[in-house]
This record gives sequence, C-alpha cells and structure tokens, in this order.
Amino acid sequence: MSQSTLLKVDNLAFERDDSCLFENINLSLNSGEILQIEGANGSGKTTLLRLLTTALQPSAGGILYKGVALSQCRYQYLSNMLYIGHQPAVKLTLTAEENLRWMVASSAKINQLSIDEALDGVGLSGYSDIPCYALSAGQHRRVALARLLISEAELWYLDEPFTAIDKQGVSFLEARLQEHLHRGGAVLLSSHQDLAIDNLRKYSLSSQAGQTQ
Amino acid sequence: MSWQWFHRLGSPRWFYQTSTRWLPLLALIAAAVLVSGLVWGLAFAPADAKQGNSFRIIYIHVPASFLALAGYYIMAIAGAVGLIWKMKLSYMVMKSAAPIGAALTFIALFTGAIWGKPTWGAYWVWDARITSMLILLFLYLGVMALQYAYHSIDAASKAGAILALVGTVNIPIIYKSVDWWYTLHQPATIKFTSAPSMHIDMFLPLLVMIVGFYLFYAVALILHTRSEILRRERKTAWVRELVQPNVGEKA
Amino acid sequence: MAQSINSGFTPWLKRDLLLAYRRRGEVASPLVFFVMVSTLIPLGLTPESAQLAEIAAGMIWVMALLATLLSVDGLFASDYQDGSLEQLLISPQLLPMPLLGKITAHWLTTGLPLTLVSPLLGLMLSLPAAGYLPMLCSLALGTACLSLTGAVGAALTVSLRKGGLLLSLLVMPMYMPVIIFGSATISYAIDGLNWLPPLAILGALFAASVALCPLAAAGALRITSAN
Repeated sequence: MSQSTLLKVDNLAFERDDSCLFENINLSLNSGEILQIEGANGSGKTTLLRLLTTALQPSAGGILYKGVALSQCRYQYLSNMLYIGHQPAVKLTLTAEENLRWMVASSAKINQLSIDEALDGVGLSGYSDIPCYALSAGQHRRVALARLLISEAELWYLDEPFTAIDKQGVSFLEARLQEHLHRGGAVLLSSHQDLAIDNLRKYSLSSQAGQTQ
Repeated sequence: MSWQWFHRLGSPRWFYQTSTRWLPLLALIAAAVLVSGLVWGLAFAPADAKQGNSFRIIYIHVPASFLALAGYYIMAIAGAVGLIWKMKLSYMVMKSAAPIGAALTFIALFTGAIWGKPTWGAYWVWDARITSMLILLFLYLGVMALQYAYHSIDAASKAGAILALVGTVNIPIIYKSVDWWYTLHQPATIKFTSAPSMHIDMFLPLLVMIVGFYLFYAVALILHTRSEILRRERKTAWVRELVQPNVGEKA
Repeated sequence: MAQSINSGFTPWLKRDLLLAYRRRGEVASPLVFFVMVSTLIPLGLTPESAQLAEIAAGMIWVMALLATLLSVDGLFASDYQDGSLEQLLISPQLLPMPLLGKITAHWLTTGLPLTLVSPLLGLMLSLPAAGYLPMLCSLALGTACLSLTGAVGAALTVSLRKGGLLLSLLVMPMYMPVIIFGSATISYAIDGLNWLPPLAILGALFAASVALCPLAAAGALRITSAN
C-alpha cells in the first residue's frame, strides 16, 4: 500500500445567497486513510461532500486529485469516485437487483462480484426480486451500500451512511470500510457516530476554519 | 488594466454611487427629449391624409415596440454576462430589465389596440407584428415568473439567465414563423402595423421619440437596478449608512 | 468502458423505457387526455362534419401540444426526488447524451403513441382524407421537437415544487413555431398544395432541437439541481 495523496483541498470556500457557508477549508486525504467530517446540522457537511463530487462549484479555492486540478482530470477523478448521498438513488418501481445492476452499470471500476452476491453481502438475499416500493428505508439504504461491495473506485464519499441501518449493518459497514482502506482506498464521510476504524482522522466544520484533530 | 475597470463596473456600490451622480442629469435629458418629441409629434406634425389625427399614436406605439424587443436583448445580455463572469450586478440588471420590458410590451400592445379601433374597426387583430409582440410579452412573463419561483437568489438569477438566453434564440424563429403564418392566412398585402412610407415631417418627431424612449428606458433601468441593489445588499455597511434615519435623507 | 461521445444514450434510453413500462398507467394518461379532449370539441362547438373538417387539423395539433405539455414535467421529477439525478450529474460521462436518451424514451412513450392514435381522432373530427399522411408525419416530427424543448423547461424547473404549471408557461412560446408549421403541413395538404415545404421546416426545427436542447438542458440541470 503506497501512501499517496489522493485528494487535496486548498482554501475552499462556499457561499450561497451572499452568506458564506464556510471558508478556508484545507484538508488532504491519503490512500489508506479515512476522514470523518463532523459538525452541527447546517454546518455544511453535505455541501462539502457535494463540492468534492463536483455537483457544486466552490466560490473560492481548489481541489486537487493526485496533484492535478480537477478541471484537468475530471474524467479520471469521477471514474475513480463513488458517492452515496442522503438519498439512496433507488427507483421504487425497480427490484433491488435491477437497481443495483443499474447503479454499477456505468462504473468502469468494479470487481468480479455478482449482483446477487453483493445483495447477499448486505443481507438482502431473499429480496432481490422484490420491487423497492415494498422495501423499507433501511433496506433501500442497504441496496445503495451494496455498491460498496462491488466498487473498486479509490475514493469513497459517504454522506451519513449509517442512517437507518441497524447495529449489524453498522459493523458490516465498518468492516467493509476497513477492507477498502487496507487495499489503498480512501474514505471521506460525514457522520455523528463514533466509528471503530483504524487510521481515522476527524475534521470539524463547526468553526469557520476547520480543525483537524 | 481594462479588466480592473470591468470588475469595478461589477461592483453594486460603485454603480449605485455613480448613478446617484449622473441620474438627475440623464433623467432631465430624457424628459426634455420625450416632451419635445411628444409635442412635435402630437401637435405640430402634419395630419395623415388617410388616418387623420389618429395616426399620432405611432409616436408612442413604435418606440415602445422597439424598446420592448431591444429590452429583451438587453436582459438576455445581462444574464449572459452574469453567467460568464459571475457578476452579481449583471444579474440585478437582468432582473430589473424584465418588468420594464414587459410593461413596454404591454404599452405597445395597448397603443396598437387604440390605433386599431378607429383605423380598421377592431381593437384586436391577429396580424404578424401584434401576435409576435404578444408572444414576446409571454416570454418576459416567463422570465419574471421563473425568477420569482426560486427562493434562492443565486438559483433564480442563473435559471432566469438561461431562460432569457433560450428565449433570445427563439425570438427570431418565433417572429419568422408568425410572419409566415400570417401571410398564409392573409394573402392580402396590407400589413396592418407596418409603418407607412412617411413624409419627413412625420418621421423626424418619430426619431426623436425613439431616442427619448431609449433614454427613458435607461433611466427606468437604472432606477430599478438601484432599488434592487439596495434590497440585495441591505446587510452591508454602506447600505445601512445610506438608509439609517440619523444620517439624513438618501443621497 | 472507454469514454465515447455517445456513451450513456442507450443505457438511459432503456432504463427510462423500463421505468415507463412499470408505470404504464401513469404514462398512458396524456394519451387518454388526447382522445378525451377530442370529444370536447364537438360538444363545445358543433357536431357538423363540414365545420369540424375545417378546424380538425389545427385542433388535433393543439390537443397534441397540450397532452405533451402535461407529460413533460415528469421527465426529471422522479430522478430528482430519489437522488438518481444527482448520481447522473456526477458520473464521468458527458451529460447531453444520457439526457438525449431520456428525451427519446419520453417521445417513444408520449409523442409516438399520440401520433399513432391521431388517425382515430382524424376520423372523429372529420379530417379530410388528404390530411392523414401529413398529420402522421408532422405529429411524429413535431412531438419530438416538443419533447426536446420541453426538456429544457423541465430542467429549469426541476427543483421547484409545483413546477409543472410554471413549466407550461415557460415552454409555451417555444412551442408556437412547431404548431404553426405542424398544422400548416396538414392544411396545405387539405388545400391541395405541396405539403412538403412546411414539413421540411418542421424537420429543420427538429434538427436544431436535437443539436441544441440536450446541451441547454444539461447546462440548466447542473445549475438548478445544485440548490
């Protein structure tokens, strides 16, 4: 596992409607590391993640992927990134299996695990043929999290991934994150929970300029 | 060098302060031109052979139509500048231009109706120019409605700018289509709202009125943008100082 | 998977067709609207064949336009609400091609059925025989233009609640050239003139829309769904 800086954020600032949400955000993420973004509700955790996924544009500052500005390596960066946001992106009229199949269809970086095996892995083994309107919110989230089993993307951005999942799900997720880190990937997630994962750093968005602990 | 000037141009405060100095003079000139044009056209220009005195409404109708169309392009250009250079003042100008343009379009339609009644017997005629003017009014109302629908000012400005630009591309298509549609159904060559070939004595006051309307548009746009600036920048120090009662009246 | 200019078109076309199939009832309602409204015309105007024949071409076009207007705000609504749109926006492929796939699926599930059902309406509204083929051609091309232009409006209003009515207002002026040339195609044929020129202009509008609307919709989506 080579230590390389995958992501570097320089003086990022974001303002919306003339009020500054945050500024002077500086952080870096190396391979094998996990960074937990903390902050009160409304402090901008989701916004920061969305800035990193390029869904939003920063008002100031830059993001570098492996030392190159995002504007120049957009395709490589986005191919190597997996984002699971607040909403699990599950279509209610499709079955769990169809949803997962669709979610990984456009990813180049996937491993050999089959859709069924992935659904088994998240505990949805009997549910693959059931349309998702018949599943609970927690089960929708599991379908989304099944992507983590199949994805080989280096960078994982997860927004509150532990919502709506039970204790068993939490330990499963922690194990999967750990495995990803061992293989040289990196994770940036926002969560209120305390996680039992090695190599965890925290970044707090509560104050204007974040602090790294 | 020149970019510094351009970016200073984008500062709402600079715009407000500069317009405070120049607006009274501009308004005076606009009023002078408009009054002289109106008096010349309404009182002194010779009466038309066929239409008598009712043709004089063109001194309002034609300049209003010009400005209605020009105003849309001004709004769209302001939107484009805002999108490309992310200039907030530009978005404010775009938002202010919309209701002024819509009002002018309405005036053009209204005066067209007034002109129509004594001349051709009907208030409303579906001819090419009037129909196109009506569609232009709908385009304006769409840009206004879209901006008001968004709570976030950033989103409202950007969406409005995109819609204004899409409308700009569509306007020539719409005008040409309506023109073609009209000739399809009215083989007669009379075009109701085309300017009749004019004697120079009638044409000069029209020219003066067109210039006057452009000046009036500029004054209206600046005034409206100023109030938009005050509204959006209300939390900044310079606006607070301006409107605090203990500092005296607004400059 | 290599990045090619048209990557994303077919997958998203298939996906939206599958989703439409799963919501068959919902997707069929513009079609039902189209047919039902044709009953309103004789009820509101007159049942006399001769008079209906005069207005049939235009009325069919107006109803097709209104039916499409009803359906176009569903283009991005469901994807916006469940987060699929966000995933699309951050995927590495170029955005206009998946959008073109979605718009094509939309046309296949609204415009094309409208076109295929239109001869039935022609029959009910006493459309002269010469008008049937031009009606099919103009509706096929025209509804495609309507889907494409409607997508730009849908992109501009996707994050608004109750954006549907506003969408109709925004998009209506853009629809007017399409209806002018669409119904003129049918009228020309009924009057015995060559109906290919207005159809050709409709084709030009279609070509311009295919080229420009996916780009405009992509730009609008990136901006409006950022909030």
